[in-house]
Amino acid sequence: MNRAAPDPKQNMGKPEPRLEGRLKVTGEARYASDMPVNNPAFAFLITSPVAKGQITAIDLADAKAVPGVLDIFTHENTGDLKHLKYDPQGGGGSTSIQDFGPKIQHDGQIIGMVVADTYEAAREAAYKAKFEIATEKPSAGFHSEGVKEASPKKSEPKAGDAEKAFDDAAVKFEGWYGTPTQHHNPIELFTTTVAWNNDELTVYEPSQFMYGLKNSLASKVGVKPEKVRAISHFVGGAFGSKAQLTPRTGLVALAAKRLNRPVKLVATRDQGFTIATYRAETQHKIRIGAQRDGKITSFQHQGWELTSRPDAYAVGGVEDSARLYSFGAVKTDVKNVHADRNTPGFMRSPPVVPYIYALESAMDELAYQLKMDPVELRRVNDGMKDATGKEWSSRSLMQCYDEAAAAFGWSKRNAEPGSMRDGDWLIGWGCASAVYPTHMGPAAARVQFSADGQARVQIAAHEIGTGILTVVGQIAAERLGIPVENVRVEVGDSVLPPAPVAGGSTQTASCCSVVAKACDAINARLNANGGTPAPAPRETVGTGTGRNHEETFARLGVATLEEYAEQVPKEVKPNPVMGLVVDPMKKLYSGSSMLGGGSHAEKLMYALGAEFVEVRVHRLTREIRVPRIVGAFAAGRIMNTRTARSQYMGGMIWGISSALHEATEIDPRYARYTNDNLADYIIPVNADIQQLEVILVPEKDDLVNPVGVKGIGELANVGTAAAVANAVFHATGVRVRELPIRLEKLLTA
Amino acid sequence: MQPFVYSRAEDAAAALRNGNASLPSAVESANQYLAGGTTLVDLMKLNVMRPRMVVDINALEKTAAQIELGAQGLRLGALARMSAVADSADIRKNFPVIAQSLELAASAQIRNMASLGGNVLQRTRCIYFRDTSYPNCNKRTPGSGCAALEGINRMHAVLGTSRDCIATYPGDFGQALIALDAQVEVQGQDGKRAFPFAQLHRQPGASPHIETTLKEGELITAFTIPALPFAKRSLYLKIRDRSSYEFALASAAVALDLEGDKVRDVRIALGGVATVPWRAADAEARLKGKGLDDQTLTEVANAAFAGATGHGHNDFKVELGKRTLTRALKQAAAMEIPT
Repeated sequence: MNRAAPDPKQNMGKPEPRLEGRLKVTGEARYASDMPVNNPAFAFLITSPVAKGQITAIDLADAKAVPGVLDIFTHENTGDLKHLKYDPQGGGGSTSIQDFGPKIQHDGQIIGMVVADTYEAAREAAYKAKFEIATEKPSAGFHSEGVKEASPKKSEPKAGDAEKAFDDAAVKFEGWYGTPTQHHNPIELFTTTVAWNNDELTVYEPSQFMYGLKNSLASKVGVKPEKVRAISHFVGGAFGSKAQLTPRTGLVALAAKRLNRPVKLVATRDQGFTIATYRAETQHKIRIGAQRDGKITSFQHQGWELTSRPDAYAVGGVEDSARLYSFGAVKTDVKNVHADRNTPGFMRSPPVVPYIYALESAMDELAYQLKMDPVELRRVNDGMKDATGKEWSSRSLMQCYDEAAAAFGWSKRNAEPGSMRDGDWLIGWGCASAVYPTHMGPAAARVQFSADGQARVQIAAHEIGTGILTVVGQIAAERLGIPVENVRVEVGDSVLPPAPVAGGSTQTASCCSVVAKACDAINARLNANGGTPAPAPRETVGTGTGRNHEETFARLGVATLEEYAEQVPKEVKPNPVMGLVVDPMKKLYSGSSMLGGGSHAEKLMYALGAEFVEVRVHRLTREIRVPRIVGAFAAGRIMNTRTARSQYMGGMIWGISSALHEATEIDPRYARYTNDNLADYIIPVNADIQQLEVILVPEKDDLVNPVGVKGIGELANVGTAAAVANAVFHATGVRVRELPIRLEKLLTA
Repeated sequence: MQPFVYSRAEDAAAALRNGNASLPSAVESANQYLAGGTTLVDLMKLNVMRPRMVVDINALEKTAAQIELGAQGLRLGALARMSAVADSADIRKNFPVIAQSLELAASAQIRNMASLGGNVLQRTRCIYFRDTSYPNCNKRTPGSGCAALEGINRMHAVLGTSRDCIATYPGDFGQALIALDAQVEVQGQDGKRAFPFAQLHRQPGASPHIETTLKEGELITAFTIPALPFAKRSLYLKIRDRSSYEFALASAAVALDLEGDKVRDVRIALGGVATVPWRAADAEARLKGKGLDDQTLTEVANAAFAGATGHGHNDFKVELGKRTLTRALKQAAAMEIPT
């Protein structure tokens, strides 16, 4: 065992290395744009340089004169594409803005695409295409003229009389917080390759939802879903940006059909800022009323979220902030602000990142107001019920706090701001809670088990870097009682049985549950025919020991047994927002994702954690560094301590990035993103991350799903920004309430 | 990127034959020299620069990449790579400000590629300059206006700006050179000449598209830095948003000659805050003969930033720049100098 592969504790699986690890480190793993197609033509997008206006003329003469150009697609010759319904739940279209003109509705909207024999020719021609645009003045953000406020259909938890409880409270706190626009920037760019074979097409595109891609593209180009095959064996980062169909995909499919030749598009980094989704900026007003002992009697959370003109995308994180503690009374509200921007979408931990940042900053401010230790303030408000009386399925928040605090050395903290120093460096320590709802979706899988002890698992899951291949292999090995090396796992192809969208941290719970079910069905057939019973599922996931089934197979007269299983979690109910329900399995096959769990299940199902951060701020020049971060997390059964630690580590680093660096700058005059590249959109480099410690806190929860797994992919980047902000206050006495925390915000002090 | 002719020059004469048609310092020049390519190729891909001919001068490395330290001072060939100079033990000991300005720049990969000559000619990172979808950039399209003046300008300059351009000079090494009174050696159609590095860059004024005083086709061949014994007490302090691989919000190159508690001589240059490598001569004058007490340092910092103008998002750079200089001088005074 080593740091990357922690020893499993109770209810944790072995740190099996990633099954695809060797392929990835040797460059052999084929990502979507690496997949070979015959004689591809290459595409280059043309995007709008203005955010609002009307294309009045197009002159393609110079562009078409570039040697090698095959065709240029604009709104004038792409009318065959159908309009796809915008689906804020995932699976459908990422935006209602799907036309390539003449109306321009946001910066960087696709207005054309050149296809040529080479990438270079396509790019050269794209720069030579001339579009005349009648420009109108756009509204860029919250404070721009011409924006429209509206109420999205989001759940707004309410309990008791929060206004009165606030008025009656001995201690009152009110605060405003803001979070900026952010972009996912996965290293793998947004690529699409389409090849037609008569009336059938294959699309190679990095995807978090194979069945969504397949069905949505079929609708977009007007063919039956069975004519479309979607392939995405590996995804080079997605973080929510590859869960829905974006406008580029239909365009590439149309071009490939017209040219009767495979077409490959690799959009550029800056185009990625406007042709896909992003995390929109938010604002929050928090009001807390508390007793002198810290018990919170009133919690009120109002959120404002920016979105595009046509689409009411909202994350509505009050659903989760309202549950995190045992508040006395709760009142919440969510508003959309519509501006001339592209439609935002899922980005790692969509609801909780901004909303829990606001709550956890406010908790620290309240702790100072109460002259209480912030950990103790959480303890006073910890409890197994939320304000509405709903109970938690399991909750280990304070165990996380206590373990992380001990590892961090929190007891040595002097709470007085500015009191801790090391030479010219001011030291600050801060903490915050991490929380993420435990979701699960319907899933199907096929498992084959052979007399020679080899197994094959098929499920259209998504290897987005989370380790799904490996944990699915582990669960099959455990259930079938064979070593994990004997399991072959196939994912990322729409010919396989469907997995839910790899969003909402659902994959491990959903896929492992259904694979376990298929394995159990195989075991039942073996046992009914005199086979050695499979070992009972164990506390920890491990590789099984050999079982001799040759005689049983011989008796059955087959070499291989195959079982197909479907699993619909009992928590999958009509989504309270959409208010519709058909057979969930049918919905999944037709490309709709339905997730259950979180606050909508019978019990409150959440993974929790606590993060402690040390910041150092230079006395004079005020640059902020994070030498140390400790996070402890409890999330039910951990399938693999190696991949789990990796997820948490990535999350915490992203959290630091979110606190100090990440913000997409918008020029308010033009409603355009200006820092749309990785040089100007700053994220931490290796030198910024020094000591990082992940603590896996054991927890058992059999209620959440058959395998007892809580999703962890979106847990560890929640709360980090608040922990950093709280540490910066402790170091400097300056409370920064708008992210990111940059040195200029500390210079005036 | 647009199609171009690639020509590889085997020596300086061949380079000059191909390169003489235009001003290498002008963005729109039809002929461009290629060394490490870390600025040029980047800008060509972005369609900001569209040369018709690219003259590869890397073969000149044979004769123009030497690092020579003698009694007269230091001579650095223009094709020496940033990493090679930063790694030189002599330079690290005798001119730490040079080594630090180089190794705090860019990333290891870029430092291994980039030449010193190209480094000092690195073009601005102004977001409006680098994105051709913004029509208004006087540096890219003379007379078109400046989008940054009232735009997103957190990274822009507060010193040496004009109504036509506030783009920041992005480099670090240039500050070390200007602080140490370096000379530039160039070779052109009319032969060789040398002049102070301080005269290489032009403030934007009314013609921000012309960035240097190089004549048509001139090629930088070397930098010479006069012997400066007190450069052993020199450093480069770079303040930035993250710990590495990032441009300066403010930086200071300083060298101190101390006699007891008093400053006998001092060199100060500022980066990240100005349109060109910026020598703060007034600030130097204020410090000479004085001690490094807080009041003097305040006066020195104020002198360095007299006349600085913010444009909104970058207003903080005036205060940050002063504090950066103060900190750099204190750190330099506290240096332990190896004998």
